[in-house]
Amino acid sequence: MDFKLRIWRQDNATVKGRFETYRVSDISPDCSFLEMLDILNQQIIDKFEKPVCFDHDCREGICGVCGLYINGRPHGPDDGITTCQLHMRKFHDGDTITIEPWRAKPFPVIKDLVVDRSAFDKIIQAGGYISVNTGGTPDANAIPIPKHNAEIAMDAASCIGCGACVAACKNASAMLFVAAKVSQFAMLPQGRIEAKERVEKMVAKMDELGFGNCTNTGACEVECPKEISLSHIARMNRELYAAKIL
Amino acid sequence: MAILNSKIPEGPLEHKWTQYKATQRLVNPSNKRKLDIIVVGTGLAGASASASLGELGFNVKTFCYQDSPRRAHSIAAQGGINAAKNYQNDGDSIYRLFYDTIKGGDYRSREANVYRLAEVSNLIIDQCVAQGVPFAREYGGLLDNRSFGGAQVSRTFYARGQTGQQLLLGAYGAFMRQVNKGTITLYPRHEMLNLVIIDGKARGIITRNLITGKIERHFAHAVVIASGGYGNAFFLSTYAMGSNGSAIWQIYKKGAFFANPAFVQIHPTCLPVHGSYQSKLTLMSESLRNDGRIWVPRKKEDAEEIRNGTLKPTEIAEEDRDYYLERRYPAFGNLVPRDVASRAAKERCDAGFGVGSGLAVYLDFADSIKRLGKHVVKERYGNLFQMYEKIVDENPYETPMMIYPAIHYTMGGIWVDYELMTTIPGLFAIGEANFSDHGANRLGASALMQGLADGYFVLPYTIQNYLADEILTPRMNTDLPEFKQAEKEIIERIDRLTSVRGDESVDSFHSRFGLKLWNTVGMSRNKADLTHSIEDFKAMREEFWKKIRIPGSKDEFNPELEKAGRVADFIEIGELMARDALQREESCGGHFREEYQSKEGEALRNDNDYMYVAAWEYKGEKSDPVLHKEDLAYENIKVQTRNYKK
Repeated sequence: MDFKLRIWRQDNATVKGRFETYRVSDISPDCSFLEMLDILNQQIIDKFEKPVCFDHDCREGICGVCGLYINGRPHGPDDGITTCQLHMRKFHDGDTITIEPWRAKPFPVIKDLVVDRSAFDKIIQAGGYISVNTGGTPDANAIPIPKHNAEIAMDAASCIGCGACVAACKNASAMLFVAAKVSQFAMLPQGRIEAKERVEKMVAKMDELGFGNCTNTGACEVECPKEISLSHIARMNRELYAAKIL
Repeated sequence: MAILNSKIPEGPLEHKWTQYKATQRLVNPSNKRKLDIIVVGTGLAGASASASLGELGFNVKTFCYQDSPRRAHSIAAQGGINAAKNYQNDGDSIYRLFYDTIKGGDYRSREANVYRLAEVSNLIIDQCVAQGVPFAREYGGLLDNRSFGGAQVSRTFYARGQTGQQLLLGAYGAFMRQVNKGTITLYPRHEMLNLVIIDGKARGIITRNLITGKIERHFAHAVVIASGGYGNAFFLSTYAMGSNGSAIWQIYKKGAFFANPAFVQIHPTCLPVHGSYQSKLTLMSESLRNDGRIWVPRKKEDAEEIRNGTLKPTEIAEEDRDYYLERRYPAFGNLVPRDVASRAAKERCDAGFGVGSGLAVYLDFADSIKRLGKHVVKERYGNLFQMYEKIVDENPYETPMMIYPAIHYTMGGIWVDYELMTTIPGLFAIGEANFSDHGANRLGASALMQGLADGYFVLPYTIQNYLADEILTPRMNTDLPEFKQAEKEIIERIDRLTSVRGDESVDSFHSRFGLKLWNTVGMSRNKADLTHSIEDFKAMREEFWKKIRIPGSKDEFNPELEKAGRVADFIEIGELMARDALQREESCGGHFREEYQSKEGEALRNDNDYMYVAAWEYKGEKSDPVLHKEDLAYENIKVQTRNYKK
């Protein structure tokens, strides 16, 4: 397969970026999207020019570091996957593919397609945990947890922190990311103890870092590679109101 | 040998750790604040150690090359974590977990370390549940378990096929809590490039800020390396793209011994290689072997038709299928340990029975779907099936998966004593970066156990035994000559790399080298090839420093430069792996020497001559490394031939 690529190039956070056009040919449909970019970079290195920088690590859809805005969609045209799990068979021979970094104010560009997502770490630091020290914890089976609740907690906990929800949102809201963590702990007896402070602190930090508000368009849920449900945002809102009233 | 003192405490096996903790020295709370500890790596071991040390009140500085500590590759572990809880009432105990781990490791690990690991395994599960890790549960609300290779009990706790992710996020949460409290300073997108030693003790590291390229000096009273394994040397592996052996290689060159480098784990259930552009291999969890049956066609002509695409696996009659693991190992069947399963797959494929490209076997769920229903199989393995379908474009509910072994883990690593301290005072190595607990083969679901055991429950104790002597050592100025010298070495190395300006990209070189390593120091090894490969790798090292091409500068975000440094180290690591594989004239665990096998093709161990840990000492670029041996004594377990047949 042959493709024309329009790729965002930007040397660093302080200079202006621009689109550059490249061509790749003889790409196997079984090739992954990032392997296609590897092939492109090999061509660029052969000319002794600077290859396109993009974040990638596990290349199996779990570390959450890869994230490209492909033809206007975070993680590209397929559902329920990260960029590294996208394969070229999802495109047509001869397609023009536009590749951009995540676009959101709290995620400044570092270089080319690489952005800084440390804002997510800061939100977790504000309260995305259960405050237990190592040691002295009760037996793991001391508190039975209904399977149904554990499953909902696990659905929420499967968030990989890639930021596709923010990139997809017209408001650059981080509600789905924050809600996933709040919801995980809200469903577990261990998490109830700090439920009130947790949701208040995490939401306040999210606002402080410049993420936008939620207007219920649902784009985040559609683009989430782990298909995390919008219902977690509803749960987070209930938790937040309860925290303010009670 | 006096040089290798493993510092195993006296007394009966089950009392050693209790005895150690009762008599070790501790650091009081007001002194803890005055002591700095550097941790390199934020996987299960690094994150859990950082969090626990921060909670104790030490001043911790933690470094990772990723943009966030949550990305470390522990996140990709799928299947589960072992613990001797015996919640299933199926006969498990601390002793049995200890026994299975020693036996699974083919009697090449230390009794005392492994017993301690089994002992603290239960605490890990308690800790994780308290942190809100959503382990799988039964309808009654209690924790569920699954079985894993190398054990006859169900002791593996899991969170769907994402156990590593959930455990890491638990440790990451605890870690972030300490960052918020100010006990941990986090340095993401920083790579450790050198160790600083002052008066014989580890006192700091040199790092490169991967965004700006700035070289930085960092002091600490003790340094903990938790940077993972070196399996990415092979280029194609299940490791993350950035996983590297550079931190452990730098400390090896500064005097830390490197133990059992040849002990590499090859995981039997990975997706087969499909093209020359391929950048990595994907693991399918070992838990799939619980319900999947592994087979190849019984007739060569069927295998050939399948490879040509004229026959489908579902068209092959039951009697024409060879369930070779069930045939060869009736007692354990599809749940034999990883090394045994991998070699058996290679044997069938080499004999001409492979499917797909010829280097693949089937993992079939048809029987399980019939027995349990599709919904149960989906609940257990749904995300893995989805992953398979996305990559291969075939539906594993309808046609069997194709799998082949791939490099997955390194049992070898930095030599440590019972306290997890290396041969350099004040320098510790934890998790996959050390060699300690898995012998010549690691059992499934034991890596997560070891990483968290080291980080939560072992190092926070043992490091204090060292730091108790450091309470009067003031924080040192990083302008000391030792810091300047270590920094100079790194700047010179980077300048040398960028000035080569050759004609081959780093990836291209790495892929050539990796294939050579796989062919000689991979699943099957022999004297002639190993001897040649040592010379080959030396030549490739020379070639690397003449051929490599790195565009861009050192003062910017430059992934090609990062990769070049790592590959330069991998070539040298490969040479040491070959050396170690050559000296070990036996087959044990993941190390299979063609000269040492039984008539049936089973591994032949040599306990008389090789029941030791091989610890290598660096002697400079121009000289060969020196081998030191730590003899292994088995006082509580009867050493026997591993038998998974009956």
